[in-house]
Amino acid sequence: MNAIELQGIRVALDGKQVLQDIDLTIKQGDFMTFLGPSGCGKTTLLRTIAGLQHADAGTITISGREVANGEKRFHMEPSARRLSLVFQSYALWPHMTVFENVAFGLQVRKLAKADIRRSVEAALDKMRIAELVARYPSELSGGQQQRVAIARAIVTEPDILLLDEPLSNLDAKLRVEMRAELKRLHQELNTTVIYVTHDQHEAMTLSTQVAVFFGGRVVQLDKPRELYKHPKTLQVAEFIGNGGMQMNQLEGVIRAGGGVWGSHRLETPIAVMPLAEGDGVNEGLEEGQEVVLTIRPEDIKLYETNQAGSLGVSVSAVFPSGAETLVQLDAGGWQLMARVIGETEYEPGDTLFAVLREQQMNVYDKKTGFLMELSYATTNNQLGESSHEDRLSYSR
Amino acid sequence: MAARVERELAQRTRFHNQARNWLANPVHLIGIAALLFLAYTIVWPVLKIMYTTFIWRQQDVRLTGEANPGHFTLYHWDRVLASDMSMNLFYKPILNSLGVGFAVSALSMLIGCGLAWLVVRTNIPWKKTISFLVVIPYLLPSWIISQAWLTFFKNGKIGGTPGILEALVHVSPPDWLSYGFVPIVVSLSIHDSVFFFLIVGAALSSMNSQLEEAANVSGAKRMTILRRIVFPLVIPSILSGFILIFTKAISSYGVPALLGTPVNFYMISTMLYSSMRSRLTTEANVLSLTLMIISILTIYLNQKVIGRRRSFVTVTGKDSARTLTSLGRWRYLAASATTIGMIIISVVPLLVLLIQSFMLKEGNYSLSNLTMHYWWGGSNPDINTGEKGVLQNPIFMLALKNSLKIAGIASIIAAVIGLILGYVVARGRQTWLGRAVDQVSFLPYLIPGISLAAIYISMFAKPTFIIPALYGTVTLLILITVVKELPFTVKAGSASMMQIGKELEEVAQISGASWFTRFRRILLPLNRKSLVSAFLLVFIGAMKEMELIIMLITPRTETLTTITFYYAEKGYEQLTNVILMIIIAIVITVYFLAVKFGKADLTQGIGGQ
Ligand SMILES: Nc1ncnc2c1ncn2[C@@H]1O[C@H](COP(=O)(O)OP(=O)(O)OP(=O)(O)O)[C@@H](O)[C@H]1O
Ligand SMILES: [Mg+2]
Repeated sequence: MNAIELQGIRVALDGKQVLQDIDLTIKQGDFMTFLGPSGCGKTTLLRTIAGLQHADAGTITISGREVANGEKRFHMEPSARRLSLVFQSYALWPHMTVFENVAFGLQVRKLAKADIRRSVEAALDKMRIAELVARYPSELSGGQQQRVAIARAIVTEPDILLLDEPLSNLDAKLRVEMRAELKRLHQELNTTVIYVTHDQHEAMTLSTQVAVFFGGRVVQLDKPRELYKHPKTLQVAEFIGNGGMQMNQLEGVIRAGGGVWGSHRLETPIAVMPLAEGDGVNEGLEEGQEVVLTIRPEDIKLYETNQAGSLGVSVSAVFPSGAETLVQLDAGGWQLMARVIGETEYEPGDTLFAVLREQQMNVYDKKTGFLMELSYATTNNQLGESSHEDRLSYSR
Repeated sequence: MAARVERELAQRTRFHNQARNWLANPVHLIGIAALLFLAYTIVWPVLKIMYTTFIWRQQDVRLTGEANPGHFTLYHWDRVLASDMSMNLFYKPILNSLGVGFAVSALSMLIGCGLAWLVVRTNIPWKKTISFLVVIPYLLPSWIISQAWLTFFKNGKIGGTPGILEALVHVSPPDWLSYGFVPIVVSLSIHDSVFFFLIVGAALSSMNSQLEEAANVSGAKRMTILRRIVFPLVIPSILSGFILIFTKAISSYGVPALLGTPVNFYMISTMLYSSMRSRLTTEANVLSLTLMIISILTIYLNQKVIGRRRSFVTVTGKDSARTLTSLGRWRYLAASATTIGMIIISVVPLLVLLIQSFMLKEGNYSLSNLTMHYWWGGSNPDINTGEKGVLQNPIFMLALKNSLKIAGIASIIAAVIGLILGYVVARGRQTWLGRAVDQVSFLPYLIPGISLAAIYISMFAKPTFIIPALYGTVTLLILITVVKELPFTVKAGSASMMQIGKELEEVAQISGASWFTRFRRILLPLNRKSLVSAFLLVFIGAMKEMELIIMLITPRTETLTTITFYYAEKGYEQLTNVILMIIIAIVITVYFLAVKFGKADLTQGIGGQ
């Protein structure tokens, strides 16, 4: 069953359209991440789902039950939606102890004292902070406050757990730790989680589904791996690429057939690639159409000897980082980054031969920013080890 | 056809849901309730009193043949503004009021700002002591100072024994020193300069770091810093202090009644009171309106001058000032002079009044003259026409009970209402409702207490709707106290609410807590400090309240202040002093309890406006 269905959600704040026609389906048990730059409306959507913000248009259905209908101005109380929200600021009540903070939601439901104590202790145990029960929030570290906020959210056993950038106030080490914790929690509780972040790594490592937001719209909804491999727009590609993943970008032009090539071709400053001819492929290409080509560092293979379809490059810098090495290359004035497993003996100044794996390249129309479906004329090399494709899951 | 019906049905559900959502928001519900309450207790009375001044009354038939009861007329305005009695009824009192208002504001500004500067911006020693001494006059009714003044400077004009000055130097002080303008201005200034001290002090201490940074970063000259940073920051608070004191001064009653009446020095407030007493109700209403117009004009001018930036003095913890002006070798001299000056102003009068309460005969400073008669003596026909010692006197017990009841209940109610309305103002900042509550709750500030009382007399003399005739009950006194203090408590409440993130409440909302639970378990504890401060502010105000209730008092609802005032007018000085001492003891005890256990901070209520 679908845990949450959003249809045509629109929200304006202060006369400014913040969310525009959001359609989204989240399945029971999913770990859905809302990813996007600051100010794109992630928090607003989360608040709309929670019921703290009224939708101007569209419907929200939770577990098959309509909880909001913008057209009818129907709006179900947040408390009736069986969900919990963890705020970015944690919003712990400073005048209550950890116990009182976590117990509040159960006390409001008028449960028996003994039951409350048991549930609170279980929730604190789950978050591994049982010993902090008598402290006040001001006596806790950032990570501990974070855990209390989550314990408070899960103690009422909600169907849906909403988390708004829960890790953004933590330092790097704690963040990695809490990430693992959240993953464990998701598996243990088996609830649906919606997780808001603007950190690409978090989105990739934690989620089963990622929705990428720009300017109040969902631009792409995909599994993390798909998102990583085929960002739908240049904007998404750049955003995903920003998170220390060193996406390589090249500008290019589409040239019409003729000459030695005999067909359409894609010209870049470092290589010219012939495109396939035939029905249903590469249609709608125009002569002189400007495109942007992206390729990830791990999809550039380096050889010491000349290969079919390879191009000569010189090494300009080497960045070893233990399990892998990043090699910065100079290809006729264009800088490329390649990622190699393990250590290498390359030295700056060495000449190497690079093969770009075309299947892993993405080409975008420079004007619209949309991903183009291109197929190439020759399968010039398929040497790339397929093991590379799964590297994401174990390298992070 | 079917489509149309469906569309209409959809329209109706939509409308229905919209209304339900609107009402489900506590801000709206409380806001509407608050507006109704404010409309009934403030807006409606003002409109009504305005209306009465334009209508012939039944009684007017006896005055002029033109009178046509129930119809429109400008007669009353004409009578107040342009008749042969206008000079005495209106023009002289209004000039006196304006004169006193300006003089008091200017003098308190001088004293208050000077002291604030000394304490906040210089390295003067004994800051704590000085601050405490400055606050003492505020804890007393302003006319106690008049009472003390009379003890020193009274001359033979109104009979009785002469003051200490005459007893010592055997020269009768001139009338201008004993009564009228000068002593009124001095008494009010001593009492009110504390407002300047608190407001300007808060502004000065909140800007230390900015000053320093500006100086460091831009290397600006001292004058530039003063002009660009100090003045813009301090001017709004000085102006709002000026207005606060001006409106307070022109509507004060006790001080001009004690010091002005003997020499026929009337202010609008005292004239208003005596018009009421002589049944010139409509004329009194016209006077009330003129007082209000003056207050509104001052506020308007203030807004004009400082534009839209009002003084938002946020009272942060008393951060130690780092760029203190060094007083050099004058340090201790300045501290001694200030302390001695403040002791003379705040402590000596109290001591004198205390000693006087033990003196059988005024003006006789021998040991054999000491007595406890006025504290708990029985009835003696030779003394004060048989009035018993205070603690033996059932009237005192009644008044004590009434005073504690009024101050206690009104301060709790006012503090809680202030917090609740503050919630509406803070959370509804973007809505018309929030703004309306903000504006309307400010109105009582513009209505001088004595005018409000005049309005309430006619309003609650007879039962209306479901509200019984409240005139002559303690309830009315509580109500008027709550209403009059609203501007301060709402200001304190909203300032405090603004600092509490919405999210703290939303978390509770998601877990299913009703608004009441949220308020009780989250908002109330988090706003405790501001709540106690508002409570203290109202309690002190109510304990010494005079102009607001003097007209509403009946024998059954005497309070400590009103019997004191009655004694003072009768010339029963020792009895007056005994009760004053008791009032002061209560106020100071509550002050210390609130500051110690509730972490109350008086600046919260006063500094906001
Ligand atoms: N109360 C408000 N009134 C008007 N505009 C608002 C309000 N709250 C948010 N906005 C605007 O709505 C947009 C979306 O805000 P939102 O908080 O949802 O962004 P976000 O994606 O959560 O960003 P961040 O990652 O910084 O938390 C922003 O452009 C913001 O300026
Ligand atoms: Mg956000």
